[in-house]
Amino acid sequence: MNYAWDWGLVLREPYAGWLIAGVAWTLALSAAGWALALILALPVALLRVLGSPAIRWLAGFYVSVFRNIPLILQMFVWFFVVPELMPRDLGLWVKRDMPQPEFTTAVVALGMYTSGRLAELFRSGIDAVPRGQVSAALACGLTRAQAYQYVILPQAFRIILAPLTSEFLSIVKNSSIALTIGVVELTAESRQIEDMTFHGFEAFGAATLIYVVIAFGLDRMAARLRPSALAVRT
Amino acid sequence: MIVFERVDKCYGDKPVLREVSLTVRQGEVVVICGPSGSGKSTLIKCVNALEPFQSGTIRIGEAVLGRGSLDARALRRRVGMVFQHFELYPHLDVMENLCLAQRTVLGRSRPAAEERASALLDRVGLRDKRSAMPAQLSGGQQQRIAIARALALDPEVMLFDEPTSALDPEMVNEVLDVMTGLAREGMTMMVVTHEMGFARRVADRVVFMEDGAIVEDCATDVFFGDPGTLSQRAQRFLSKVLPH
Repeated sequence: MNYAWDWGLVLREPYAGWLIAGVAWTLALSAAGWALALILALPVALLRVLGSPAIRWLAGFYVSVFRNIPLILQMFVWFFVVPELMPRDLGLWVKRDMPQPEFTTAVVALGMYTSGRLAELFRSGIDAVPRGQVSAALACGLTRAQAYQYVILPQAFRIILAPLTSEFLSIVKNSSIALTIGVVELTAESRQIEDMTFHGFEAFGAATLIYVVIAFGLDRMAARLRPSALAVRT
Repeated sequence: MIVFERVDKCYGDKPVLREVSLTVRQGEVVVICGPSGSGKSTLIKCVNALEPFQSGTIRIGEAVLGRGSLDARALRRRVGMVFQHFELYPHLDVMENLCLAQRTVLGRSRPAAEERASALLDRVGLRDKRSAMPAQLSGGQQQRIAIARALALDPEVMLFDEPTSALDPEMVNEVLDVMTGLAREGMTMMVVTHEMGFARRVADRVVFMEDGAIVEDCATDVFFGDPGTLSQRAQRFLSKVLPH
């Protein structure tokens, strides 16, 4: 293969700066999407467990929709379709005046998609706590809300801690799909370097390495939280 | 103290309690026995409203279950319950297990709750386990902690749902000893158990259930001393559970 390797390229300006900006957008997308997903997922999971049959069905429908439609399609729908369905002025504002329209839309899409997955994970954690624990808490006079707050949810959280870490790593990787609606995150920046320099191997190699480092760092962080939380499970 | 009046309960069309009427007086210890599936556990879980029932009433002191709405939580404060599988909170240490309901339900301060908890740990002989996690304790120790947890709310009645049937044999007595002590102090108790030795020594009355109905309800010395007067079914049950 006749290819002039130039690994130093990714450390030179302006390309190094592009990669750094890409990392910043990737982390911002992931963090904001994660926050949105957590806020939505817990109530949905609780409604799936505790709601009336109609409410449970609705919460299940929410999970099915956001978990089962490909993320890339959800990005397109939020970006291209939803603004057209809104009242005219609001739709115009979303398309034209909303700050960081691509980023904001990507956070919503990523957050909703992940919230469906998290809601299902939370529900499985709640279901995994033995039934007798609710009875024990109620028998002591706790309200159902207190039983969940003090007894069920802390145990459910410990049960799902490992898969929750996987979900967090997934959202970082899934954030790359935001490039399809124009968010210039890490993958998009590496593509841009490839376009400018024809050094695709180095550009994508650098992005790959950066994703691995981010994932490894997050995994280490979660691993430090885990033992103390899991030690008490019978 | 506790009066069941014609209580009926079913799951779908399968009856689990049939016209149960039963009176437990203040300070009385009543043992409920019978083959599995006879409705014993369901019966006592009706007393603290963990199990709803379709008709009849249960009176606990001045509270009446089964007639319109009732504050189940207020009732549960006065009725302690001990479960077959202990059901300690595995993510909390022993002291926190004993304090959670005292703080959230009774609104006791932390020092007051811990003082009460310490006294109860002494009483069940587990003073040195206050910062242990449930998983570090033997089954017998866990069940004694579970009894202390129920007592921490100063209940007027204690319900025991097969408290020793999940235990290794050598741990049964440490739990029965705590229960015996409680009975001697005059606690009103309903105990579902197959421990006929405990029933004979401690119970005032023995109730025998089958298919959701009370078949026998008699004084302990009649139940064990004069089995000829019992129904065929109860006699067969006794011949199986009593040591030969």
